[in-house]
Amino acid sequence: MTITERAPAAVEQPGYQLTQFERRFIGGHLFVAIVALGIGSLMGPLQSLEYSNVNLYKYLDPILKSYYQGLTLHGVLNALVWTTFFIVGFTNFTTIKGLGRPLSHPRVNQVGFATMVIGLLMAAVPLLLNQATVLYTFYPPLEASVFFYLGLTLVVVGSWIEGVGFYLTLAAWRKDHRGVRSPFIALAGTINAAMWQIATLGIATEILTMILPWKFGITDATDPELARTYFWFTGHPLVYFWLLPAYVSWYGMLPKQAGGKLFSDSLARLSFWMFLLVSVPVGFHHQFVDPGIPQVWKWLHAILTYAVFFPSMLTAFTVIASLEYAARKRGGTGLIGWVRALPWGDPSVTSQLLAGILFMFGGIGGLTNASYNINLVIHNTTWVPGHFHLTVATAVTLSFIGITYWLVPLLCGKQLWGRRVAVAQAWTWFVGMVIFSNAMHMLGLLGAPRRTPLGEALYVPDEWNGHLLRVSIGGSILLVAVIMYLVVMYKTVRGPVADPADVPQAPIAESLRHPQLTPVWLDRFKPWLIAAGLLLVLSYGPQLFDQISDMSLNAPGVDFPVF
Amino acid sequence: MSADTLEREQEPAGEHLTMGIDPWEKNWMRVSILLLVVFAVAITVAGFAAGFQLPGEESEVDPRTLTTEGPWADPGLRDLGNGHYEAYVLAQAWSFAPRELVVPVGAEVDIYVASSDLQHGFKVTDTNINMQIVPGQVSKLTFTFDEIGEYPYICTEYCGQGHAAMFGTVQVVSEADFAAASSDSSTDTSTDSTTPTTEAQG
Repeated sequence: MTITERAPAAVEQPGYQLTQFERRFIGGHLFVAIVALGIGSLMGPLQSLEYSNVNLYKYLDPILKSYYQGLTLHGVLNALVWTTFFIVGFTNFTTIKGLGRPLSHPRVNQVGFATMVIGLLMAAVPLLLNQATVLYTFYPPLEASVFFYLGLTLVVVGSWIEGVGFYLTLAAWRKDHRGVRSPFIALAGTINAAMWQIATLGIATEILTMILPWKFGITDATDPELARTYFWFTGHPLVYFWLLPAYVSWYGMLPKQAGGKLFSDSLARLSFWMFLLVSVPVGFHHQFVDPGIPQVWKWLHAILTYAVFFPSMLTAFTVIASLEYAARKRGGTGLIGWVRALPWGDPSVTSQLLAGILFMFGGIGGLTNASYNINLVIHNTTWVPGHFHLTVATAVTLSFIGITYWLVPLLCGKQLWGRRVAVAQAWTWFVGMVIFSNAMHMLGLLGAPRRTPLGEALYVPDEWNGHLLRVSIGGSILLVAVIMYLVVMYKTVRGPVADPADVPQAPIAESLRHPQLTPVWLDRFKPWLIAAGLLLVLSYGPQLFDQISDMSLNAPGVDFPVF
Repeated sequence: MSADTLEREQEPAGEHLTMGIDPWEKNWMRVSILLLVVFAVAITVAGFAAGFQLPGEESEVDPRTLTTEGPWADPGLRDLGNGHYEAYVLAQAWSFAPRELVVPVGAEVDIYVASSDLQHGFKVTDTNINMQIVPGQVSKLTFTFDEIGEYPYICTEYCGQGHAAMFGTVQVVSEADFAAASSDSSTDTSTDSTTPTTEAQG
């Protein structure tokens, strides 16, 4: 392999400094995200302790009515609010900093953010009043307050509007830089925004055509199976929407933080385009055991889910190769021994490395979930939350935490408070999650249902008890890790203004090979969008058409309060 | 500056627009694809050629009349002869009807589950029976109970505050016990299977 190193020409990225307004704007997104993570995560231990029969909910009655209300808050705040607000804020940053220019239409992004905040407030009221205890999947005909659905819709619409802002900004940059490859982090963030816009068509259709007419009394019932198909059209790509910003950091920033470069610019781009292409037509793998969906569509989506696994395999290679390159430059040696030469004292790097390590196990478990046959063993068991606590709650969340360890000080013009506490925070999270997640996987294999207060369930056999206890222990360790994180963030934001030389810079990695050598087809939206549209029509069209034309709005739900 | 001049200027001499993939990475990609193809073939063979079954398009029902008309109005086990049975299970917030299914060992049972209200789950512990129960749809799987024992069936989908209490049990008994049970409690089983309406609980 010949490694050609050249400074990227014509990419003026490091020069642009964020304005005060841009810092505050991005900071506003992160503020909402971190507050949501804080509140949502406090609910987690209530769930995990319940597994060991320590029911704290009874002492919280004036605030929280039930295990399920806590679980709904945990899921909505952590999986939807923390992720979405962080991602949109971070994509503002990667767009502006990556392109080295301000947003072309800042008003668009401001309107988008305002819409998201209004939506969040609207949904928060019924969530806190126990009027929307429907979990974050809100399967009809389980029925929440109309403000929950309206609020959720506004959050999604706001994120669409911000996505348009990113796209317009990238287009404006391209107009000024014809023939130049788009800077990777800006392109990748925009690809994620585009994928999100396609993916959320499902949930938008569900809420606008089925749930809202039902809530407003235009129809008196719903078609729950069709609603599930709409939901999972969005529900699985949602996980890639979470994951891709972490990949932006792993590919485009972490190598720089580790002292190296991006190993392969073209494959980094290829993997993002592949995610645009195959993230969406995979939703039926959440419906393998559903009635009313023919097996052939389930099988097809199982195969397409394996196709999505391919860009993650590319990522594994490129990211690890980038890290190895960095470590060897730092004097690391040996087949595996180079790992020790990585900057483990940097909390941002440590968080992301630990996130990546647990993601490997999350990926392997994900293959099980996606398998047409063995999914049946684990569907709706605790295996599934065990799995996504490795993916969204570690690969994604711990990476985002790692990003905030440089991004929040950068935005505030401060130094990170307590670097050693932050490093310890990442390890505490890692240890807590290993214990928690392993126990959840084991319980799932034994048949324990997810989303269930197993402490009060009467069918729990003795052989589950050891695992239930480990869930509680892991969850408690995770609570400690969350508190450490919130303290570090609070002390950083409240800390003294630092000398500009001590404030972290945006770590934007160069690639080993000049990005201008990357083929043009890896820098163009059009062919990929067309291909993604075609694949969607082929993989969803016939079955969706069948379900829509066969729609029977005959499930009214129940006429007594269910939660 | 035109696109062409820019490209030529920035394209380092002697190198061309290629993916520039490292040989090791090429091999990694080949292995990844091979692995995924092997997995895909394996699940296809196991899923379609080895007698594996998933719920699919069975039939549709009207949740509003489910408890008053048709087989779920009188849920329970029916003997189809030759060791073949069918079981109709009604899922409602927050119980299954019947709460207990007694089957003889070796029985092949077609299990049909439907919900009259919300979504539920139906997973029988230690078996390959795991179904999403969706109002308006019939979920069906067939299973042969080859070992005597108790197999709890658990609601695996959140359905409101009574969700954790929603379960029942398949009792797999010997032929002799089954014959005895069905002769002296033929009335019992029918009472058992008409306990379903639990709307009052809410």
